[in-house]
Amino acid sequence: MPEPLLQVTGLVKRFSGLTATDNVSLGIEEGELHAVIGPNGAGKTTFIAQIMGELPPDQGAIRFAGEDVTRLPPHLRSARGIARSFQISSIFPDMSACDNVALAVQAHAGHSFRFWRDARTDPLLRAPARAILDSVGLGERADMPAAALSHGEKRLLEIALALATRPRLLLLDEPTAGMGPEDAAQMVRFLSELKGKMTLLLTEHDMDAVFALADRITVLVYGRVVAGGTADEIRASAEVRRAYLGEDDRA
Amino acid sequence: MRRLRVLAPMLLTAMILLGLALVPPIAGLSGENYTIDVFTRIMIFAIAALSLDIILGYGGMVSFGHAAYLGIGAYAVGILAFYHIDNGFLQFAAAILASAAAAAFIGFVSLRTSGVYFIMITLAFAQMIYLLSISLSTFGGSNGLNIDVHSKFLGLLDLGNPTTLYYLVFGVLLLFLFLGHRLVNSRFGMVIRGAKSNPRRMATIGFPLLRYQLAAFIIAGVMCGVAGALLANQELFVAPAIMHWTRSGEIMMMVILGGMGTLIGPVLGAIVFLLLEDVLSGVTEHWQAVMGLFLVLAVLFARGGMLGFLYRLRGGRSGA
Repeated sequence: MPEPLLQVTGLVKRFSGLTATDNVSLGIEEGELHAVIGPNGAGKTTFIAQIMGELPPDQGAIRFAGEDVTRLPPHLRSARGIARSFQISSIFPDMSACDNVALAVQAHAGHSFRFWRDARTDPLLRAPARAILDSVGLGERADMPAAALSHGEKRLLEIALALATRPRLLLLDEPTAGMGPEDAAQMVRFLSELKGKMTLLLTEHDMDAVFALADRITVLVYGRVVAGGTADEIRASAEVRRAYLGEDDRA
Repeated sequence: MRRLRVLAPMLLTAMILLGLALVPPIAGLSGENYTIDVFTRIMIFAIAALSLDIILGYGGMVSFGHAAYLGIGAYAVGILAFYHIDNGFLQFAAAILASAAAAAFIGFVSLRTSGVYFIMITLAFAQMIYLLSISLSTFGGSNGLNIDVHSKFLGLLDLGNPTTLYYLVFGVLLLFLFLGHRLVNSRFGMVIRGAKSNPRRMATIGFPLLRYQLAAFIIAGVMCGVAGALLANQELFVAPAIMHWTRSGEIMMMVILGGMGTLIGPVLGAIVFLLLEDVLSGVTEHWQAVMGLFLVLAVLFARGGMLGFLYRLRGGRSGA
């Protein structure tokens, strides 16, 4: 069997006494949509930050597309095709929506030691940026300052930024965070359209969304993998009910 | 509204530059050079403030040691003149190379930190260079170094003529405003703006930030070094005081006063700051207290600097 697109082995991350990631091993196949679920404080965001390269793990290895990327900084992982979105929208609030996405396009359009030409009128950046904004449904809002977008629109812009880097593996940290039911449903529809076009790893609190979307699910509690399997297997698992779904669903 | 936001800075820039272009003929009517000298000095500091604003206002790098490059540029001219090398091309090339080298080293070390640490470490480097200049007894130590002749440009320019020097400085200011305009709107400019706005996001969308920030830091250092070389020509004297940390603070105040993250803001800031200094110091020896009060009011009531204040008066919005 060939190596999965992402292979995490024995990952450990400690924060002064607290073990946020406790010996996590996980493989994600190309094209799969994999959900990582777990109660608040289970270490989902910490896990994503380590795959992106923002946090160095204390132990363990991360292999992506057959290459050990454990020590690579985020920009080099981005170049290899990993992208992420943030739970709390991390955009460029002082720029327009189109400027935001164009910047992400620019990051993957050669070096930026280009001092002369006006980047805001460069069709090589603007055309792809507008196409991506259209694809997430923000085409009408392209020229709005990102700070002026609604919460749901910022969540979409957040994902547009990640998509603009043309990732092979997209890490989504609670894409529906803070959304009302209507916006959340729209986000789930959008994610189901992405499914199959790239490999997706998402963390999520919304169980309906997870069971609707995920091919496979990993359950994380106190940094440790307590269960893993297909959506049906997880739904049926007594351990998951006890650890998470039944008792600790305060989110 | 959007058109106002675009047009207002252009109109203001045109008015300021036209005003500066007309200083020598108007001042010349009275037959004395004092006004020309004052505005030459103002424009030199406008260049320094403009260079700081590229990293501070656009790039979010709060360098508190920017006067170091002013000093390095001025000493490059002074030291070469001391050894009777008065070729202006050589002197300015030396000023550019020396300030680029210093900025490369200081930036390389400092950019590994951020926030308060970045402020402190750039300040510390500037103080080291300041103390180094005091220890250079060959070049006058703390008493400074007299420069016997102006930079010579193959007989093309006589910088001893105040009007010629004025228009040279004016030309350099125009050039840097134009280059700055291209730079901040280029792909490179977008990267340093993004690094100010959200550095973490910049890294995760794939930018290796350090190299771009360092390049911006060096560009700003070089522009300020050129201002220093011009200052040496105006004063025919260079002393460590030019690099004192309070000088770095003054340059930063010009940027904040005029309007960070705009190109004409620092120019406006330099004009107002130095004219106020000139006027107030004629009125009272405690002028610094009055100036301090003015700056506090400006920061409290004119966010975005005078430029931001002007736009709000016109019902527009401040912005880049």
